[in-house]
Parts: sequence; structure tokens; C-alpha cells
Amino acid sequence: MSATTKTRTAAEGRTASKPAPASAAARLLGDRRLPVLVTAGLFLAMYIGGLSRYQNYGFGEPQVFLNLFIDNSYLLVAAVGATFVIMSGGIDLSVGSLIGFTTMFTAWLVERQGLPLLLVIPLALGVGAFGGFLMGYVIHNFEIQPFIVTLAGLFLFRGLCLVISKESISISDSTVSSMAQTRVSLGLGELSIGAIVALVVLAAAFYILHYTRFGRRVYAIGGNEQSALLMGLPLGGTKIAVYTVSGFCSALAGLLFMLYIQSGDPLHAVGMELDAIAAVVIGGTLLTGGSGYVLGTLFGVLVLGLIKSIIQFEGTLSSWWTKIATGVLLCAFILIQRAMTTRKQT
Amino acid sequence: MSTPAVTTPSRWRALTRHHLFWPVAVLIALLLVNVPFTPDFFAIRMADGHLYGSLVSIVLFGSPLILVAVGMTLVIATGGIDLSVGAVVAITGALTCSYISDQADQNALAGVFLAMGIGLVAAVVCGLWNGFLVARMGIQPIIATLIIMVAGRGVAQLITDGQIITINSEPYKLIGGGYWLTLPFSIFVVAAVVAVTVALTRRTALGLLVESVGGNAEASRLVGIRSRRIKIMVYMFCALCAGIAGLMISSNTSAADGNNAGLWIELDAILAVVIGGTSLLGGRFSIGGTVIGALVIQTLTTTIYTIGVPTQTNLVFKAAVVIVVCLLQSPKFRAKVFGAKGARTTAPAEPATPADAAPKMEVSR
Amino acid sequence: MAEPRPVLEMTGIVKEFPGVRALSGVDFRLFPGEIHALMGENGAGKSTLIKVLTGVHTLDGGTITLDGKAVRIGSPLQAQHAGISTVYQEVNLCPNLSVAENIFIGREPTRAGRIQWKQIRKEAAEMVDRLGLDIDVTAPLSSYPLAVQQLVAIVRSVGHGDSDGEGSGTKVLVLDEPTSSLDRDEVLELFRLMRRLRDEGVAILFVSHFLDQIYEICDRMTVLRNGTLVGEHMVADLDQVGLIELMIGKALDQLEELHEHQLRSDVGETLVKAEGLGRTGGIAPFDLEIKKGEVLGLAGLLGSGRTELARLLFGADQPDSGKVTVAGKQVSMSAPNDAIGAGVAFCSENRKTEGLVPDLTVRENIILALQASRGWTRPIPASQRDELVAKYIKALDIRPANPEARVGQLSGGNQQKVLLARWLITQPKLLILDEPTRGIDVGAKAEIQKLVVSLSEDGMSVLYIAAELEEVLRLSHTIGVLRDRKLVAQLTNGPEITTSKILETIASGEHQ
Repeated sequence: MSATTKTRTAAEGRTASKPAPASAAARLLGDRRLPVLVTAGLFLAMYIGGLSRYQNYGFGEPQVFLNLFIDNSYLLVAAVGATFVIMSGGIDLSVGSLIGFTTMFTAWLVERQGLPLLLVIPLALGVGAFGGFLMGYVIHNFEIQPFIVTLAGLFLFRGLCLVISKESISISDSTVSSMAQTRVSLGLGELSIGAIVALVVLAAAFYILHYTRFGRRVYAIGGNEQSALLMGLPLGGTKIAVYTVSGFCSALAGLLFMLYIQSGDPLHAVGMELDAIAAVVIGGTLLTGGSGYVLGTLFGVLVLGLIKSIIQFEGTLSSWWTKIATGVLLCAFILIQRAMTTRKQT
Repeated sequence: MSTPAVTTPSRWRALTRHHLFWPVAVLIALLLVNVPFTPDFFAIRMADGHLYGSLVSIVLFGSPLILVAVGMTLVIATGGIDLSVGAVVAITGALTCSYISDQADQNALAGVFLAMGIGLVAAVVCGLWNGFLVARMGIQPIIATLIIMVAGRGVAQLITDGQIITINSEPYKLIGGGYWLTLPFSIFVVAAVVAVTVALTRRTALGLLVESVGGNAEASRLVGIRSRRIKIMVYMFCALCAGIAGLMISSNTSAADGNNAGLWIELDAILAVVIGGTSLLGGRFSIGGTVIGALVIQTLTTTIYTIGVPTQTNLVFKAAVVIVVCLLQSPKFRAKVFGAKGARTTAPAEPATPADAAPKMEVSR
Repeated sequence: MAEPRPVLEMTGIVKEFPGVRALSGVDFRLFPGEIHALMGENGAGKSTLIKVLTGVHTLDGGTITLDGKAVRIGSPLQAQHAGISTVYQEVNLCPNLSVAENIFIGREPTRAGRIQWKQIRKEAAEMVDRLGLDIDVTAPLSSYPLAVQQLVAIVRSVGHGDSDGEGSGTKVLVLDEPTSSLDRDEVLELFRLMRRLRDEGVAILFVSHFLDQIYEICDRMTVLRNGTLVGEHMVADLDQVGLIELMIGKALDQLEELHEHQLRSDVGETLVKAEGLGRTGGIAPFDLEIKKGEVLGLAGLLGSGRTELARLLFGADQPDSGKVTVAGKQVSMSAPNDAIGAGVAFCSENRKTEGLVPDLTVRENIILALQASRGWTRPIPASQRDELVAKYIKALDIRPANPEARVGQLSGGNQQKVLLARWLITQPKLLILDEPTRGIDVGAKAEIQKLVVSLSEDGMSVLYIAAELEEVLRLSHTIGVLRDRKLVAQLTNGPEITTSKILETIASGEHQ
């Protein structure tokens, strides 16, 4: 009996430690960096395609590239928050309405209540983080699906927007407009404050996810919640923290959006949670959690942004192609993920 | 005389235990709230041969939601979820209206029927795609249906070319805005769909098999149920219901708006299903409960309007309803809040752990 | 030889679950530098004892002493800090993280909050090296086969105390069925590691269903039955027959009516024939024939492959090799549907997870299999359905006799009867019963056994699996004996076949 089994394991006497020589395709599918690379490659291909097609319309300007960051800063911040949640195996549908609420809340405090912006910013961030904390608390302690809890959050924050005001509130506060117009020169072009904040958030998220215990717990819980529990990791605390981070990021994204649009509107950012989730998935994070990189999320956001820019440059294409293209990409990446996970199971 | 005295409490208990008791109670309570503000709330008037009144309008405006929620019930009963129904509503409306608007004679019956057929076929195709991803590819339902949720609105706008297509077709207007036998025609459509659904699930074995698949997928496999087929069918049916709702919405406004038609209806529908007593985890479902759940949501909207609270707070109320309903359905919450009360009288120590532990022990061998 | 002081002593351990006393006053001790087997059949209380020890369950009575000090273990984390580490059958690690990270997560060395990755990789490589393993610690865990993942889990548990300063090193290592899905080479590698740890003074508690492995690696064993201690022996002092007798014991229930029962002798022609049927990691390829009206009993210990064999015959798992013919026709066995179509029915041993749909009523659960075979478009007419259900509720005496009752609320015995009714209604040719009498009361046990006899008399073939040998012996025409995932013998029942004869066959693994 042992003779038959011995022939199966190639390396005699060794641990069957080295995985059996797999085909190149299988090995490629098994590499968890693959989705990020695909997304980065896709971005590059799209950018080069754009370059060759719209060369004469100024697509090659460095500023066009930098504008991707300026125009999508809020989405990047929101998507980074969503990355934490999705990485832990959860989902957050309240992102869009929390962004909308933050724009309304800040606009209302600054314009109608006359509070200084410096006071309003921490207040708004605190409210967002607290909202996320509450959702995380309910999800963990009452074992209700994240989907339905954050759906309640979606309703709640959108409703609170409308409670503040049905009309949009435009912001004429001088601090806001000066901040909005501030550009930081990079030599080749310039970035807005929002873009810089977004990049800082991205860097911080990268550091947190890869160099802190909390970050690794997020990966561990997303990989296998039961194991994480048995390995003695604080499951509840981490889960609640993840939703708190997402709430904070959404609020920050709301502030950036407010800065970008300079108004508060109860209908701002409707459905942006879908964009954020799409960016995360296109960026290669597994929707079931545990695998992915926050850097991938950056590429996901850039791809979505580039689609928008190309459609603008194309001129004849209409804005809804953005949604269709997003959906098609989403589908493709979900199928890639599926192929990767089935390979692992067998 | 003593017999009624004995039976009344037990009858009352049987009544409160009925699965529709709480949804109906909430609905009635919500309706009653209106009375002090609108004394003639329950009054139904006849004008121009049509019936008017708050109750009629609740059913009329709630019709699309009831349709979508009925389809959603079956999907949820299999343990799935369908986020794409809102987009399907938009696609169906867009296709149908754009076809009708291309006709020389928008009132021609043949053209209208063909247009509706095209719209509904598109809806069913969307459902087939969802079902394929869920049942064949094994993708989580929430993720699989996200694709059409995102792309579908784009497709709808593509069809309408980003415009709001307005049409002027009398026969088409009937579905969502017309009257028949003094009642809004959409009520008949809803009644027909609900009746067909009930017949389909309870007169055939579909309901049983759906509940079995949602209640215990592995046991269902071992008993020989072809759960893939069932799931695909259910997603197609759900999309068909959404498609009919799409016809109704676009007919009511005589316009197709790719961007806003059916916006957030998936969330309302899920909410209606949950209020109606169907568990999000799958298994037992109740079409009647879902219809009442949808009516509760519509009544909530109407009530907020009539009692003079700013309509904007609608969403806040809805959030509160979601939270309360979900908390009440959560065994953990019940154990913590209600269980603690009961346990205090007997034994305060660890009421939850042994109950949790025992089934786990059975599973791990 | 003077006995050293035990590192772990558990005295009078009591654990109760609602309605069940899982452990009643069990004593257990573990010495440093030994490998100790914990033996027992289903429901003996092995896993409960381990879960009490590792803090998954809190104990209801008794004391645990570790290194002479009484300890209270409230959670897995506390157990780890106390020096008790556990590796389960399903590897409880995160496959998406690297090997090094899996070893260190939860106690990563940090400087100003920053994880010191270099240090982690270096220390992990050293630990792996020190235990003589050849593993690239930077690779993701999922790139290694299960066996290696298991070794990593052990490295993680024994490395625990060394690096964080919180504990005092692993004193007790619990290995709960680590070998059940490993091949021979992998098992040897695991044993090498276990011996090494033993020699370093770690006390290892080892659970395995493979008797050979127990006799190969263990120094001492403790046997449990029905939640009580039945003995602690040096492995060298107890032969396999003795061990199995201790584990299975004598049947507790006496079935007078069946006692004198003569098995019918005129079994018919071959109904089901399996040739070379097998599945890697499940059961080695086997040949089997079941005749019409025959009861084929399967005897063997828990984990010997009884269930695996049954599942292959039903198509619940896909076989890697071999073929099955039913009544002369080959059946593809790619899904349960194929087997059901050929007239095979299967009552799983896991009533709750693989049998019942607890939310549905008794009636719905009973008609489920028949309805599934008819498809959704052809419902069973209500009158016929009610009649069938009423008939089987009466015939099997299901209580409460209310077809509207939710099946989840029934007692275990009645749930089992509902499952039986579900399949009997389809009038199968072969009925597979996997431990139908487990966890149900004596009365229901007797009824189910009587039913098997009468079904066989009516010409139905039955494949019967039970933990109690007496039960198998009493009912079966032929007894298939399994050991270590192999069908080792098929004995024709007769006066010369006794429980001790079967015990010997299980113990020796040979057909005599």
C-alpha cells in the first residue's frame, strides 16, 4: 500500500513541501498579484491607446494624467475604505450616502451655522467614523449580514441629507474656495489638495494593511474567519474597526467631494458605493476577502477615471458608456477571480 | 358561555403566532395613524367611473414594488439575492418605450404588444444571465447580480440615448395608469402576477423545492433535487417580475427614464421581503407576507406625506424599519435583549453558549 | 520506573449540553515527553474533552491542573497562553497569508507599531529549520498541500511560547485527527516531527482513527466510552482486540424480539455490484456485491471508511475509479440523481446537516425525495400525498403524528424515522442507512432495526452501517469489515461469526 502512495509524491523522503510542478498557466493563475498586474496592464494599455488616438487633442499632456487623480480623489479615498471592508470579507453599501451626507452636513454647518471649516472637518470625520462604528457594532454583535446593516446605513444617511435640506447648499466660504483652488506644482503639472490627501490616505492604508497588526488581522479574517478566531485574533474588534475605517474614509471622501464640487447636495454621490466596490474588485481584491492589495484599488480607480476621460475625449460617446464599461470590467474580473479560487480549491 | 372565554385566548395566541400577524398588525397600525390627520382616510369616492381614495392610491403606487418584491421573495428563498432588479426595470421600460416611440401609430395594439414582448424578453435574458452566474459559475449572488446592477443602467441609457423618451400610446398607458372596472388596471396586473406566483409555487412543487434548496442545500442535493435548474428559473422569474414592474412604471409616466426608473427599488423590495417574514438566509417564504411588506413600505411613504412630516424623512423612517426588523430577526439580539429577561429569573449564567455549542458539536465529528 | 509528575491532570471533568451529558466525571492525565492517544467511538466524548482542554467549551465540573497548578481555561487564547496548543483536522490557518505570517500572526514583533517583517521571516525560517522541515516561509500557505499546512500549524503552536514571552513554551500539544487526509509519506513526516517534539519534552495528545498509527507512534492511551473513562493503558500492554473491545463495549440494549430472529436465507440474485470503486482520500478501491433482499452490514471503527463507501455507492461523492451496476445496468454515479434514478436511497449519518430541511414540516420532508424525482412540474396530488404521509407516519410511529409539525422540533429518533419515511416512500431497491440508530433512544432503535428486518423480508436490499457490532451482526446476512479506509473482508453471517471474530478481523485487518 505504501508503495503505491510513494510513487505519488515525487520527492522521496522529503516533505511534499514543494508544490507539484504546475503548468505555467496554473502557476500564473495562482499568483495573487496577477489581478493587480492585469489591472495595471489594462490601465497602461488604455493610456497608450488614448495617447495614440487623442495625441493631437492634448491627451499626452502630463496634466491629463494628473487630472485623473484630481478628478477621482474622493473616489480613491472611498475605495480605500471599501478595500478594508471587502478585504475583511464584508461589504459596505453606505459609502455613497455617507459621502452625500458629509457634503450636506459640512455645507450646512459652514454656510447656515457659520462654523469655521477647521472645526467642521474633524466633526464630519468623527460623525462618519462613528456611523461606521455603529454599523460594525451591529454586524458583529448581532450577527446580522453586513449587506443589510449597511443598507440601513444607506437609507439613514441619505435620509439625514434630506432632513438637513431638500435643496442643494452651495458653499461660498472663502476658506473652502481657496482650498479648492490651491494647486501644488509638481514640475510637470499640478495636483489639488484633494488629490494629495487621497494619495496620503492611500499610503497610510498601504502602511496599515502591511505593517501593522491590525492590517494583518484584516487579511487573516478575510482569509478564514473561523481560523482567525481559533488563532486567538480579536475578531470583533477588528471587524468593528474595519467598518469604522470605512466610515471615516467615506466622510473624508465626502469632504474632498465637497471641496471638488463646492456644494452640498442631498443627491451627491448617489450610487458611489457601486463605483467604490467596482474599483476595489477591478483592482484585484477578492470580493470574498483575504486577498488583494490597496495599490490595486488605486489602479481600479485610475481605470475607471481613464474610462471617463477617454469618453470625454472621444466626444461622440455618451456618459452611460462609463457604466457599461464598468460593468463589463467588473464581470471580467469576477470571472477571473472565480477561476483563481476554483483552481485553489482543487 | 364558558366555551368562548376559554377559546378566545388560545385563538388569540394562534392568531399572534400566525406568520402574517406582525406584518398585518404593522400595516393596520400604520393605516390607523393616518386617521387623525386625514379623517376620510379610509373613504373611497367614485368619480368619472373611477374609484379614488388613499387606499386605492397606496395599492396603485405600491404596484411595481409588489411585483418586484414577489420575484425577489423566490430568489431570497433559495438563499440568494438579486440586486439587479432596478436596472432590469429601467432596461425593460427603455426598450419598450423606445420601440413604441419608433412606431408610426403608437396606439396600434400589435406594436404595443410586440414592444412589451421585447422588453420582457430582455428582462428574462438578464435573469438568465444572473442565474447562470449564480448556479453554473458558483458566484455569490450578491456579486453576480452586482454586474447588471452596475451595467444595466448604462444599457438602459444607451437604449434611450440618455434622453427621457416620452410616448403617447393609449393602450400602453392602460397598464400603469389606466382604469378598468372602476379600479386602476395595475391592481389587476398585480393580482394576476401574485395569483400566478402563488399557483406556480403552491400548486406545483416549485415552492417546496425552492424552500428545500434554500433551507438546506446539501440535503437537497442528496435528495436528488436539481437545484441549479431551480435557481436559474427563479432568477428568470424574478427578472420577469421586475420587467413587468418596468412596463408599469414607464406606462404610468408615459416615459422611459434610464437613469431614475426603478432607482433603489431593489432595496425596497428586499426590505418588503424581510418585513413579510421571509428570512434572508433562505428557506421558508411567504408571498402573502411580501405583498403586505410592500404595502407597509408604500403606506409608510403615504403616511409620512399625510401626517405632515417632511417627505424627506421617509428614508430615515425606512432605515429605522430595516434596523428594527433585522434586530428582531437576529437570534443573537433576541437572546441578549429578551433572553436576558427570561434568564434573570432562572439562571443568569451563560444562556447563549450551550445552545450555540451543542449543534457545533454535532457537526464536528 | 518511577512515574514523573504529569504535566496535565484533568479530574472529574463534567460537561453537559442541553439534554446530553457529554462527559461525566472523566479523569485524564498527560506526562511530559509522551505521545498519548485518546480513543473512543462517536459520542464517546473525545472532542468534548479536547474542547474543554483547549478552552472552546467551559467545563461544568471538575478541575484542570497544569504543572501542578490549578488553571481555568476560558478561551482558546487562554489555553495558548497556558501552554496548551491545538492543531485540528481542518487546518486552522489562513491560506491567503505566507507561511511565516501564519506562524507569527497575533504576536508579530513590532517596533513602534511597525511589524518587523525581516525578523519574522528570519525567525520563522529558523523555527522551521530547527524542526527539520524544508519549507519556504515566504510562500503563501495555500501553495502547499494540506500535509505541509498541518506541519506549519504545529510549528505555529509549538513556536508560540518561545517568541512572545507571554507563555512559558508549549507544554501540551493537542493533535486532533491530523492524519485523516494524509498519505503515508506525509504521515511519516508528521510522525518524525512528533517524535522530535516528544524528545524535547512536549506532551502530545494524539487523536486518530487509524489503529496502526496509534500503535506506531503512541506511548500511552486513554479510552473513553459514552462520556466516561474506561481505561488508561500503556500501548504496549493492550493489543488491538482489547482496545477495540474497550472502545465498542458490549451492546447496551437488549432486543428480545429480535434475539431469536432467523435471518431469511433465500436472498436473491445480485442487485448492486461495485467493481474497483474508490476515491483518493476516501476509501481504497473495493469490490462489493449486494443481493436482492440482502442486508449487508458494515463493521469498522469510526473513520475506517464506512461512510465513504456508502457515499460512493450513492454518488454523493464522485469516485476516482471503478464502476457501479444496479440490476445489470451501469450507473454513471456523477451525482445522487443517477443513483436515485437507479433505485438507491441514502440516509446520511448527519441528520441535521445532510438530511433534514429543519424549517419544513414533517409532511414536506417526507415527500421531498419522491417529489424531487418527479420534478417540480408534477406535484404529488394532495390526496395521494396526505395518504402516503399518513401511512408512513403510522407505520413508523412518528410522533407527534402531526404532518404539519416542523421537523426541526422533533426528537432525534423521530427525525430519523422521517428520513426513513422519505426514502421508503420512493420504494428503493437498495436502502443505505448510515448509523440510523445513533443518538436516538432505545425504543426507536429497536423499531428501526425491526423495520430493517421486515424490509429485507419484503425483498429490499439494505446497506447497514452501525457503530455497535451486535447491531450489525444481528441484522446482516453479510458483514463487510473496514479498517483504515479499506474494505478488508466480507464475512457471511452464520453461527461461527461472533462479535469477537469481527473484532479480530478489524484488529488484524485480515480475512481469516
